[in-house]
Formats: sequence, structure tokens, C-alpha cells
Amino acid sequence: MQKIGVFVCWCGSNIAATVDVERVAEAVKSEPGVVYSTNYQYMCSENGQAMIRNAIKEYGLNGVVICSCSPRMHEATFRKTAMAAGLNPYMVEIANIREQCSWIHKDMQEGTEKAIILARAAIAKVLKNAPLTAGTSPVTKRALVVGGGIAGIQTALDVADAGYEVDIVEKSPTIGGRMAQLDKTFPTLDCAACILTPKMVDAAQNEKIDILSYSELESVSGFVGNFTVKIRKKARYVDETKCTGCGVCTEKCPSRKGLNEFNMGLNTRGAIYIPFAQAIPNVAVIDKTQCLHFRTGKCGLCEKNCSAGAIKFDQEDEILERQYGAIILATGFKPIDASAFDEYAYCQSKDVVTSLEFERIMNAAGPTKGKLVRPSDGKHPHEIVFIQCVGSRCSADAVKGKQYCSKICCMYTAKHAMLVREKYPDVNVHVFYIDARTPGKNFDEFYRRAVEQYDVDYIKGMVGKVEVEGDHLRVQGSDLIANEQVVIQADMVVLATAIEPDPTARSLGTMLTASMDTNDFFTEAHPKLRPVESPTAGVFLSGACQGPKDIPETVAQAGAAASKVIGLLSKDHLVTNPCVAHSDELLCNGCSQCENVCPYGAISYVEKEVRGPEVRAVKRIAVVNEAVCQGCGACTVTCPSGAMDLKGFSNNQIMAEVDAICR
Amino acid sequence: MQRMIVDRLKALFAEGKIHRVLGWEAGEFFYDPTPAFFDAENVENLVYDSFCGSNVSKYLIAEAAKEGTVAALLKPCDTYSLNQLATEKRVNREKIYVIGLGCRGMLDIEKIRRAGATGVTGVEEKGDELTVHTLYGDKTLNRKDMLLEKCLTCKGKEHKVFDEVIGESEDTTSQDRMEMVRRLEAMSPDERFAFWRKELSKCIRCNACRNVCPACSCVKCVFDNPKSGVSNKAAADDFEENMFHIIRAFHVAGRCTDCGECSRVCPQGIPLHLLNRKFIKDINELYGEFQAGEQIGGRHPLINYQKDDCEPSVVYQRGGDKG
Repeated sequence: MQKIGVFVCWCGSNIAATVDVERVAEAVKSEPGVVYSTNYQYMCSENGQAMIRNAIKEYGLNGVVICSCSPRMHEATFRKTAMAAGLNPYMVEIANIREQCSWIHKDMQEGTEKAIILARAAIAKVLKNAPLTAGTSPVTKRALVVGGGIAGIQTALDVADAGYEVDIVEKSPTIGGRMAQLDKTFPTLDCAACILTPKMVDAAQNEKIDILSYSELESVSGFVGNFTVKIRKKARYVDETKCTGCGVCTEKCPSRKGLNEFNMGLNTRGAIYIPFAQAIPNVAVIDKTQCLHFRTGKCGLCEKNCSAGAIKFDQEDEILERQYGAIILATGFKPIDASAFDEYAYCQSKDVVTSLEFERIMNAAGPTKGKLVRPSDGKHPHEIVFIQCVGSRCSADAVKGKQYCSKICCMYTAKHAMLVREKYPDVNVHVFYIDARTPGKNFDEFYRRAVEQYDVDYIKGMVGKVEVEGDHLRVQGSDLIANEQVVIQADMVVLATAIEPDPTARSLGTMLTASMDTNDFFTEAHPKLRPVESPTAGVFLSGACQGPKDIPETVAQAGAAASKVIGLLSKDHLVTNPCVAHSDELLCNGCSQCENVCPYGAISYVEKEVRGPEVRAVKRIAVVNEAVCQGCGACTVTCPSGAMDLKGFSNNQIMAEVDAICR
Repeated sequence: MQRMIVDRLKALFAEGKIHRVLGWEAGEFFYDPTPAFFDAENVENLVYDSFCGSNVSKYLIAEAAKEGTVAALLKPCDTYSLNQLATEKRVNREKIYVIGLGCRGMLDIEKIRRAGATGVTGVEEKGDELTVHTLYGDKTLNRKDMLLEKCLTCKGKEHKVFDEVIGESEDTTSQDRMEMVRRLEAMSPDERFAFWRKELSKCIRCNACRNVCPACSCVKCVFDNPKSGVSNKAAADDFEENMFHIIRAFHVAGRCTDCGECSRVCPQGIPLHLLNRKFIKDINELYGEFQAGEQIGGRHPLINYQKDDCEPSVVYQRGGDKG
């Protein structure tokens, strides 16, 4: 006989304020199988758990329903409680009467009624529960970092430091990412390259780290502790093992039309190129779309001039297959396309640049060798206008731009303004801003230094439009404090463009079933308590792919992600989820549809003699590998005959819940 | 044509290439040839004429599991069903010798009757001219107007799988396949509900549609399995037959070749194929043109996740949330 105990939690006033917990406990007493029902302020507390343990023993309960918060919060807690009292942990069901009930209802009557219904559903389900036993699966002690910017590098270094092997997969020819493109870093103004490149070298020299540059993820299968990843190593047409990075080929290359990506397209590069001087690996790459050899079959100057014999025109993409225990996403960000904001004349004038372009102009290794000149005519500018929040903090109904604050723009604009004033005191600098947001260690001091010490003209208000007038830019904006329209004849305009996740993140997200928010930033498992884990077990988040971040925050998060990865890799075995699929061989058609939908490759087929009341035949039937199955249930809904079922979430259990709700 | 087929089959039997034949034998009336199996002894009884509209592919599931090779006589449209069954590993292609039959569209006795021919005793065909012999004299009809519903949206004259082909085929398409689906889509949710309620409430649950459907070939159908909980649910109220057909349409979605057998066999004349066509139209629009059974192997779009698949929000974009 079933003996079910129901425990209704108040969660302080979280539940009790909108749900009459006593009424819920009373109402479920008459449900079939229920022999005990009670309520308590905090079921998850030591006292609450003791109540559950005692009731299990006293009433001989063989099923427990806890009406409380989301099972994501405390299912594990209550399963442990039940186990301590000698009950199988999978005989515990949670009715979520907080997130799905009290928090979303205002009316006590409605909330209470719904809580009773949710409790009934959980009781109906637990009546059909069966004890389940978890197995274990081994952990591959190797991590994969996707993205070789500062986030990926830092995570890889930290994981490697703990003694585990790490691969960095970077889609561009070199690691370094956005930070490598920056000139100086706020709020200390130390040079980005000076602090980044030693880390790049550390990563390259670390025996535990394997850098797969110019590579992308092709596919991912498996699960936490046991991912199998196919990596496409794109052909660079240069033998990585032979190239010495001498750069002779890049000088000899007659093609000069390829836009230099590293310099944001402000100048050009050869068809064979090394992205920048400190690139790692320091190996050339051929841009097939620009190379004369690939386009016309002639040329081959690089090949003739390469003393190492490293040019390989016949090189092909290579697919590597590797095993990992954990995957860290560090795909970073990119500035949004400013051409959508033509009110700022970005497409009309070369002298309207984005902040990242300005960063390259100010950099000693950039297209102008660090000399501040106008991109249009190379002349020295005298008036520069910075416009903040271009594409950030847009209203929800705006046709373009992002609703979120890109977080880093206030500080880098202050940095740019300060650097210009420092190097060229003759240049007047104006900054249009909505708010100056400077919450960070030494950030506000930094911003105030720009205003007070460097005399940067901060104008609270936004720019309405920028017009090209001869060789000038007429900037028209509003000064909200003076309550007047301002017109500035500028020589250059710098747009602090919003940042967005790198576009490759979306396909990765789908590949890994790592969820994303509406802006395509990866979602963390818990916004406060699990900020570096994705909701998908074994997938971690590092850096700006999770949300806008500056360098110190990125590095901190990278280290945090690494510590979580180390915690995972340090285990030899993981306890597997016993809620896995299984097939009823009497019902199975052997049609392979479940095999086709299984994202984990857990289903295979055997020819087997099947004997049943109506059948006796050799049949092709599905077999589930329980160590690989993740219990997603895709097979159960695909199976037309209902042969596939999920332990712990069987079709009958779900139906019983639905019936209880619809009763 | 029938003679040619029988002679060829005899030769194949003699060569030892085949052990049985799946085709049609004469039914009770001249217009209802019935699917049947033959061996070398009785193959003379095989019938192939303009009333052999039925799709016999499904019988191969049981038959090809037995010893020896079975010859299957398939019209071009029937070959899609065989391919689909082979894709789902329900039949072993190796054990089937497919003889593609020429087809110029199959006749619908119900249409002939509706055209005013009662007491029909036989037909004679000369090109598009169809002479119907009746107890009350002859009647001349246009053959093209008397074709089965499925022939009006013919899949073409090409056999998608065959070992040899006997006879010539014609593409008899004369209608836009999705015309009626579009009309249903254009209805308001209430009108559409009323349409289906009216049609589906005619259902007598004879299970003919399920039993003839090559995609409905489960070892044990959910509706026959008391443990599935589905049959009991469906029987709970007067929505029963509606549930039956809706669930069936979901179960064959992506696998249905649109062979039209469900509607052809329905004694109540319910246009069941429209439910399946709606799924086919949606699949084509959301995932790109797809024809189940086009070839052996591969995955249909509903079980083939692609990175560029439409997002679930497409339902809202299409106004699906508004009914």
C-alpha cells in the first residue's frame, strides 16, 4: 500500500503570504495514498528536514511530496533527507508552489487553489514512482576552451595550472582576441599588449595547453564528463610546424587589397599575413579570397620566398576528434555594426569612427603608427566629439540598437578623451553622454580626472545628427543641463558603439544546448549563485559571452569558471541520472526514429528474439545505453508506438499529473 | 499489360529469382481487385487493370520477413511507401524484387457511379474515352474525370525504387495539391473547427484508414494498447474520433508519403488526407520542400535537427498563437 507524506513549506512569507499553507496541507489529506500532511516555515532548514525524516519513520512513508520552491533549488536537498531516513531518493516529488505559484499570484484564494492542484499532481505522480538507482560515469580529464581572448586564455592557464590538459579553440589565426586590439586599459592606463602578450606566451609555452588557432567547433556530442567534440582546423595554406613567422612572405605578397581585420579595416594587408607582430601562433595564413595564386593560378611568390618551405597551397581543412570532460565558452563580443546609425554619418564620412577603430588609430602598432590623424585626409584634428551609448540603452520599441547598457563605454570614452588631451593638448574634446556610469574600483576617480584635470568637455545629452559639411562634421546635440541646442564643428566623431555577443555564439549555443537570452548572451545557471556555469551540465561561461564585461571582471570570471572546471575534472566518476529512457521490446518497431532524434547517440539496435503474449519473433529493437542517456525524453515523444519511456518521468506519470490537474 | 506482367513473373519464378508475388487478384466485382499473394502455381490469377488503385506496400512488412524473395508490383506512387518502410527498417529491401508497373491513373468507381452510371458491369478504355457498360446500356465518360482523388495530385511517372519496370506511366496531375489546405487555413479557427467536427464525427472507428496506412505499421498501435492510456482517453467523450485522427496525423507526420489511401478506403468519405497534407505543407514551409519516401535512408525534417532550423517562435510569427 502506498503511504504518502505531504510537506507544505511556507518559505517564510515567500509562499505563506499568497498561499494558505494550512489549507493546502488540509486539502491534500483526502488524496488517495496520503497518510500524513503538515506544514512548516522552512522545510529546507534542519528542523524541517528532521520533520520529514521523523515522519518517514513514524508513518512508514514510501513516498514524499514536498510543496516548496522549484526542484532546481532544493530537490537534491530533500532527496538526501529522504535517503537519510532510508527512503529511495527518487520517491520524492517536489510541487513547485513558489516560483510557479505564490510568486506569480497576488490573490490568496487563487494562489491557494493552484497550490492544491499542483500538490495533487505531484501526489498523483509519486503514486506511480518506482525506486531508482543511480550509476556512475567516468570523467575525461581534459577541458576545451572555445575562444582565445583574454577570458579563454585566463581560464586555460588556470585549469592547466591545476594540472589538467586544456585545448583552446580559436576561430581566427591568432589568440589574443579583442584585448589585443586595445591601446591602453582603464583605469590604470597600462598598455593592453604589455599585459596581454605575456599571458599569450604563457599559454603557448604551457605544456598542458594546446592552442588550435584558425579552428572552429564542428559538432559536439556526449554529456558532462564525456564530451566528444569534432574540431575543424581550417586550412591556412601554411605548414604550422615549418613556418618561422619571419614575415618575408607577407612583405613579398603582391596582393594588397585585403582589409586588415586587426586594424578594423582601416588599412590593408597582404593575402598572406600574420595578424599582428605578437600573434600566437606566429604563423602566416593565406586569405584565399585575396590570394592571386588561388584566384588566377599564377603568382606563388610567397612559396618561392619561403626559406622554410612552409607554403602548402594544397592544404585542406582537417577534422580533429577529441574527448573532453568540460567545455568553457569564452566567445567574447564584437562591437555592433555602426552603419545602422546613419544619423551619425558613419557611412558618409571616414572621420566618423567607432571606438574600436579609434583604439587602433591611437595604437603605436596601428595604421597611423599611433599618430592621431583624420582617416580621410591624414590631417591633425582640432575638435573631436565622442558620442556615448550608440546602440546601447535603446528603448524596447526602437527599431535598432540594444536595450542593455554595454557597460564598458563610459570608461573607455573617458580613457580616449584623456589620452587625446594628454598627447595633444591643442585638441578640444567633447563627450555627449546620457549618464557617466563609473561603478568600479578607481573608476569614478578616473572619470573625474578626465573632467577636472584634463578639461574634457562633458555634455549631458545626446547627439541628434552629424552632418558632413565640406571637410567638417557638423554635430548637433542637446545640452540638457544648459537646456539648449549645441552645434559643434568637429574634425572627428567617435562613436561608443554598443557591444554584442560574437555571432558564432548562437550556433555554439545550439550545438551545446547552452541557453541564451534574447540578446544572444549565454545564460548562467543562476544569475547570482551560479554565474559561471551554464544550465547545461559541464558547460561553463567565461567573459563577455555571458554579458558585457571589462577586463578585470572578465579575468575574475575566467578564474571562477576555471575553478568550477577543476572541481569537475578532479572527480574520477560522476553520479549519473537514473532517469533514463528504456524501450519496451514488445512494442518497439525498430524504426530508428528515436535513434535519429537522440542528441547523445545513446540508442542502438539489436536483432533479438522477442516473446510476448501476442508476439514471438526475431525483431530489430532499440537498446538504450544508460551511461550515455541524459533523460531528455526526445525519444519518448518521437516513438509512435510508445515503446520508449523515461524512468522517473514515464508517460503514465505525466498523464497522471495532467489528469490530476484537469480533475 | 496484365499478360506481359504474368509472363514476366513466370520467367522470374523459373529463374528462381522470386518465390512469391504481391499483386492483385479479382475481387467480388470487376472493380474491386484485391491485394493478394501468388506463387508459381497460381500466378495466372493475377489481375492488373485500371481499378488496381490500392497501395500494397504495407503487406511487405510481414511478407518480406519470411523466407525467400517476394516480388512486389508497385505503381510509381506506391514506391514512395516502400522507400519509407525501408528507411524505417521495417522491410529489408534485399528481399524484395520491385517490379515497377506502368500507370496512367487509376479509376474511382464511386466517381463513375456519381457520374450517373448505375448497375455497372464493366468498362472499356480507349485513350481518354471511358465506355461504361451498365445493366441499362453503355455510358461514355471522360476517363480523366473518373480518376481517384490521389491521381489528381499524381506523384509523377517515375518509380523511386525498382528492379525492373513494365509498361509506361503518365503524370495525371490536374490539381494543386495544397489548394484545399490553403482554403482550410484561410478559415477562421471556429469555421475550421466546425469543418473538422462535421467531417470527423462521421467516423465509425472502423480503423480502415489506420489499417491501410503504410506509415501506421506499429507492432502494437497505441490505440490497441490499453496501457498506453491513449485509447481510454479518446473514448472518454464524443471527441473520441477527433482525437483518434489528430493523434494518428501526429504519429505519421514527416513519414506520410501522401499516398491518399486513408481517404480512399474511408467508408464515410472523410477527407483524412487533408490532415496529413497540412503537416506536409507546414514541413515544406518551415524546413524546406520534403517528400517522404523519395529515397531509402535519410531523416525526415521532424527528426533531423539542423542548426538553421526555424525557431519555435515561428509559430507566433505565423499567427499560430491566434488559433
